[in-house]
Amino acid sequence: MISFGPTEEQELVRDTLREFANEEIRKPARECDEASEIPTAFLDKVWEMGLTTTQIPAEYGGGGEARSPIMNAIALEELAYGDVTLAAAALAPSLSAMTILDHGTDEQKKTYLPAYCGDKWVAGSLALVEPSPAFDALNLRTLAEPKGDNFTLTGTKTFVPFGDRADHFIVVARNAQDGFAGLEAFIVPRDAKGLRISENEKNMGLRGLATSRLELEKVEVSAANRLGGEKGIDGRRLINSSRVATGAALVGLSRAVLEYVVPYAKEREAFDQAIAQKQAIAFMCADMKIEVESMRWLVWKAASQLEQSLDATRSAHHAHIYTTDHAVTIADNGIQVLGGHGFIREHPVEMWYRNAQSLAVLEGTFAL
Amino acid sequence: MIDFELTKKDQEILDEIRRQALVAREHARYYDENEHEFPPDKLPEADDFPHAHGLFAGREEGKDTSVGIMSMLLAAGETWGDYSVRMRRGSGGLGNAALRAAGTPEQQAKWGDMTLAMAITEPGCGSDPSKVQMTAVLDGDEWVLNGEKIFVTTGCRAGGVIVWATIDKSAGRAGIKSFLVEKETPGFIVAHKEKKLGIRADDTAAYVFQDCRIPRENLLGLNEEIPKASSGGFRGVMKTFNMTRPGVAAIGLGISQAALDFTRDQLAEAGIEIEYGASLQGQSAVVDKFCRLEALQEASMLTVMRAAWLAGEGKINNDEASICKAKGGSAVREITQGCIDILGPMGVSREHLLEKWFRDVRITDIYEGTGQIQRMIIARSLFDYTRAELN
Ligand SMILES: Cc1cc2nc3c(=O)[nH]c(=O)nc-3n(C[C@H](O)[C@H](O)[C@H](O)COP(=O)(O)OP(=O)(O)OC[C@H]3O[C@@H](n4cnc5c(N)ncnc54)[C@H](O)[C@@H]3O)c2cc1C
Repeated sequence: MISFGPTEEQELVRDTLREFANEEIRKPARECDEASEIPTAFLDKVWEMGLTTTQIPAEYGGGGEARSPIMNAIALEELAYGDVTLAAAALAPSLSAMTILDHGTDEQKKTYLPAYCGDKWVAGSLALVEPSPAFDALNLRTLAEPKGDNFTLTGTKTFVPFGDRADHFIVVARNAQDGFAGLEAFIVPRDAKGLRISENEKNMGLRGLATSRLELEKVEVSAANRLGGEKGIDGRRLINSSRVATGAALVGLSRAVLEYVVPYAKEREAFDQAIAQKQAIAFMCADMKIEVESMRWLVWKAASQLEQSLDATRSAHHAHIYTTDHAVTIADNGIQVLGGHGFIREHPVEMWYRNAQSLAVLEGTFAL
Repeated sequence: MIDFELTKKDQEILDEIRRQALVAREHARYYDENEHEFPPDKLPEADDFPHAHGLFAGREEGKDTSVGIMSMLLAAGETWGDYSVRMRRGSGGLGNAALRAAGTPEQQAKWGDMTLAMAITEPGCGSDPSKVQMTAVLDGDEWVLNGEKIFVTTGCRAGGVIVWATIDKSAGRAGIKSFLVEKETPGFIVAHKEKKLGIRADDTAAYVFQDCRIPRENLLGLNEEIPKASSGGFRGVMKTFNMTRPGVAAIGLGISQAALDFTRDQLAEAGIEIEYGASLQGQSAVVDKFCRLEALQEASMLTVMRAAWLAGEGKINNDEASICKAKGGSAVREITQGCIDILGPMGVSREHLLEKWFRDVRITDIYEGTGQIQRMIIARSLFDYTRAELN
């Protein structure tokens, strides 16, 4: 039955996080961008909201609440509305925890999940994107080859969150099959033989997020660390979740742009009028509003299919291509509304522009 | 609970509507090429199919998707077949919505069953209805109407029309009132049927009123006063649009969906399957383009459902009605253009319906407020501006 009505609990989470985003996330965002670093104290503060832990089953030490992609999409929009980079960092533990929860064996859950149920933020990390041009998640160049009971991994990953401190990485690789069935994931400890972790990468956007390049040279992984054990992972779910999550974050980023430019355009005058009274500007803002809504409903639709364990491939694909396209346009126009001031690092719009364009070509930065 | 799946029953209703729409599609080309003929009220095949309204009856609110959302999906389902040709033609016109919104109970009882057109637009004004030139002057117990109206949808078939006329030009917007004029009233002339780019089977008429006398009680709502500063009366009529605008978007999106489905089928026949999931770089340009058009279709339809859902929840949906109208109006153009680009010559050949859909759908961004007018409404709300501050 079609409904756009969030539950009371979802509304409560949304409202709480919206306030938190306005008060706690927006302010440090610029400084983190400039310093290319996020203070651990900030990450611990977000951690207190229990976003990752609540949906981990009680037997592993978590909150035992139902796994809810819809709830997470709503939460992610709000955090990213505060700042998408800080949101990515704060939720990085979910990259490991939710992926292991969705795809892992009981043994793997028992081994890895308790670490994400403590009272401090712990880095999590997913290694999906690769540095070669024409990256395609369904055609990875990082290969997983069987070697006796074990596997060897060979390839290069980039934009791997918290390469500088994650205790292990979930490395996504391709087996001998094509498409979604070709996707495998392995839990690779940071001291694995043959794994080289680069210095922090220097990126245009998401600058506060520490990322590394991983070089895997015949890294041997035991069968016990093959995510999902003998049956492997649900490749569709992994990729779809990651894309819908990116979409949710981009809705938040886009809404931030809209809500920033509206008061600015009302205040700023040119030719004896507020620039908002000029249709060229007013209509740009109207289009932002139209697209923020359109983007959100596509994300919700895909998230609700994930929630109901329906095949969300088509919806996730739609949500992903649509939100990436429009978020960049919105951020781009956000700069235009501010004119020259939009180009100066005093205002956040240039940062949002860099962040939107970066996320538009990345996957695996968020989990749902 | 947030959910976007149709119940089994809703899906069955929609499937039946589409089955019937497909029959209507068989007749579409004929009426497009024979603009002077009107499609019949009932297709020859109609007796073999159940009545759509019967399927919809007796639904349990709260268990099924709301009537508002379903009516949008059904509207899109019908135009997926054809814009003008229907298995059975519905009896309501745009004027009926206005009658329901602003008529007294007696007026509703008297004219509720009559198909009513709505005539606001004049040769000299469209987007700015406050400039209506048609006059209504009270003479004893009758209003005397003089003026011209153009582009009146269902203007030929309708049994009557709701016209906007001013009772006091100096009062501007506040002086504009709605009147009901029945066909055959002396002085009410249906001048001609317009010749159009698309939706050719739709009868769009031009009217002339020459000393046309109607009873005093044909003033819609019966309020002869001219409100002072506010535009209260005007707003009452504008409220009509809160469900008609989503409806217009839905109707357009039914056509663009037809274009997408046709394009997908033709691609499949040529051995090109649409597969989802590969990253941008992993897809052919054609498949990527198709997926983007489809995402646009989905997004637009979701904004329509959103506006209808709010209405169903009894919430204000002014902004959302304009959002989905603006979104749908531009989306359907982009989608049909894109489908033609993908298919090439086949897309512009009159052997197929795609070129017709491309023409038909163009009206979506024009009537019931152009895309620009919708954006102005959205922007006024965003900036909390009055009409005087942003126009
Ligand atoms: C097939 C068809 C059916 C129709 N059915 C009906 C009907 O049943 N009843 C009825 O009353 N009317 C009907 N219309 C009329 C329709 O609503 C008008 O054509 C429409 O509102 C635009 O008015 P206009 O044509 O006078 O264009 P104009 O108002 O002259 O506008 C021309 C252009 O200027 C733009 N523009 C105007 N004002 C502004 C502004 N303030 N800011 C920015 N841009 C602006 C418009 O967006 C448009 O692009 C119908 C029209 C057609 C073609």
